Amino acid sequence: MKDIHWVELIVFTVLFLGVAGMGFWAANWKKGDTMDHLDEWGLGGRKFGGWITWFLVGGDLYTAYTFVAVPALMFGAGALGMFALPYTVVLYPIVFLPVLRLWSVSRMHGYVTPADYVRGRYANRTLALLVAVTGIVATMPYIALQLVGLEAVLRTMGINYGGIAGHLPLFIAFLVLALYTFKSGLRAPALIAFVKDILIYLVIIVAVIYLPSKLGGWGSIFEAANTKFTTPNPATGKTSGGTLLTGANQLQYATLALGSALALFLYPHSVTGILASKSRNTIKKNMIALPAYSFLLGLLALLGFIAIKAGVKPLGNRATLLPDGMPKPDTNTIVPVLFDSQFPDWFAGIAYAAIGIGALVPAAIMSIAAANLWTRNIYKEYIRKDASPKAEAKQAKWASLVVKFGAVAFILFIDPQFSIDLQLIGGVMILQTLPAVAIALYTRWFHSWALVAGWVVGMGWGMLLLYGIGNPATGKTHFAGSALQLGKMSIFGWHPFGTSTTQIYVGMVALAANLLVAVVVTVVLRALKTPEGADETRGIDYHADDGDADLKAIAGH
Amino acid sequence: MTSDPHDPQSDQLEHPVDEGGQRGKGPNDIRASWWNALLLLPLLMLVTSIYNKQGPELFGLPFFYWFQFVFVFVGVGCVWIVYIKTKHISRRTGGPKK
Repeated sequence: MKDIHWVELIVFTVLFLGVAGMGFWAANWKKGDTMDHLDEWGLGGRKFGGWITWFLVGGDLYTAYTFVAVPALMFGAGALGMFALPYTVVLYPIVFLPVLRLWSVSRMHGYVTPADYVRGRYANRTLALLVAVTGIVATMPYIALQLVGLEAVLRTMGINYGGIAGHLPLFIAFLVLALYTFKSGLRAPALIAFVKDILIYLVIIVAVIYLPSKLGGWGSIFEAANTKFTTPNPATGKTSGGTLLTGANQLQYATLALGSALALFLYPHSVTGILASKSRNTIKKNMIALPAYSFLLGLLALLGFIAIKAGVKPLGNRATLLPDGMPKPDTNTIVPVLFDSQFPDWFAGIAYAAIGIGALVPAAIMSIAAANLWTRNIYKEYIRKDASPKAEAKQAKWASLVVKFGAVAFILFIDPQFSIDLQLIGGVMILQTLPAVAIALYTRWFHSWALVAGWVVGMGWGMLLLYGIGNPATGKTHFAGSALQLGKMSIFGWHPFGTSTTQIYVGMVALAANLLVAVVVTVVLRALKTPEGADETRGIDYHADDGDADLKAIAGH
Repeated sequence: MTSDPHDPQSDQLEHPVDEGGQRGKGPNDIRASWWNALLLLPLLMLVTSIYNKQGPELFGLPFFYWFQFVFVFVGVGCVWIVYIKTKHISRRTGGPKK
């Protein structure tokens, strides 16, 4: 027990228990008439105003994993890690208009998930099922990654044991989370998000003002980073990364930013946050105010360089041993270790609580979103078609428990690296639902079966390309990243880009193939006069707003 | 997103809610405004060659870094202007909002 940092642990535990209490109490907050309906349990009554939505969606999109992984990427690869900034800046202008249309049509028809919308728009059960399954599969590893963030913090506080004991605190934390989410639904993360975000803002602002002045200013921090990136790695004799982009990774930087931005609001948990808001105006204001988090994320990324200057060594994770029996260094611990070495214990404790609680908010929303998908688009669609709204809510509550423990199992029984790989894959996967969900908001030109065909090709090719990406530096031969060398791209043996070393984000390549196939198959199916299902949405539904006379009653039948 | 840029002004007040049946302009009812084109400006951030350089530095930060922080405000500004300028267009009924 001598390794345990008691002051940090006590501050962390007190804050953690405080938010757990809030989570249980949240069921009574802005209470509706019933909790036995997905509109209430799964969407908080569809009535969150501007501030709540800002904290909720901010807490949802900018997760604990982001907070540890982005600085870790800066620490390891340099400038490439800054992609988080263009990603979250181009995000809002891109989604500003489509998200409003999605909110309106969902409010009008009582849709709870993106797959609900696809079913309504295309009356194609197969397409809706594909969208639902893609959403669930892409979300699961994302939840597991929140645990990676939480675990990085726990290990830095000294709770770093091997085997199951090393995972026990994580398990307890998730059990508490699972119970209050079960009880309070989306209201729990919405309320907790206030605490989480205030703590995060406090910690980051203090960190980026205090640390550079303590360590000799930004100039010397960048000098230290430059020295690190220009010094050859003794093992391979090569340099890697840099404080600027290279010729080869600029396209990767831009396409990764764009692809991630296009993908983010296709994730079911983002849609849940949006659908829970009260009106179009609430969403619009949030699209203007949410970039405050982007700015924060950019500052956070710079912590990766500050850690280089401060000489931080990533902590070994004693639950994953290398072949030589030594703990495997986990770069995700660099921010916690930086705080531990530079801040007084009590403040480090607050910072860890911010990250730890930062893991709980998105994990709760993601599990609710996945549970909503399961309930609405698989359970009710295929298993119990006559399920009442009450039965749906009950099913979703239990599904959220299953999803969370599935995520814990990921971490307990499988190398955390596997979740990171899966999350990478998840981004490419969710992007393949863009034609069926996002483009559908603007046009129904695509034939629904052509969208199915596009999905199959985009998904298949995307997975194949990811499988083929290796990284000699880490010895991984498959799924080692999302950067594809154009020269290695092969279409049935044809290399359209010769031997180019320029890198591009796999997700965008797969999406291009998806769209191409969808267009061609649509033309063919139209020529064959293949029947199309009915569209239950009407043009004007895409402009419905709070206060309209003909809206569907919230938590009605 | 701006695929139907004709007459941005005529969209309001046109479709009374209780008209019944197939209402609005077709199955998509896209209400475009030239102001929406402003949303494309922040996408310049995807052109890395604009800012992938060391100088001029600001507070010790290379251009690559501080330029991208400045662009956060460009993004916010563009969305804000579009929000203000298109407020009246996207109303469904033209009646007073609650």
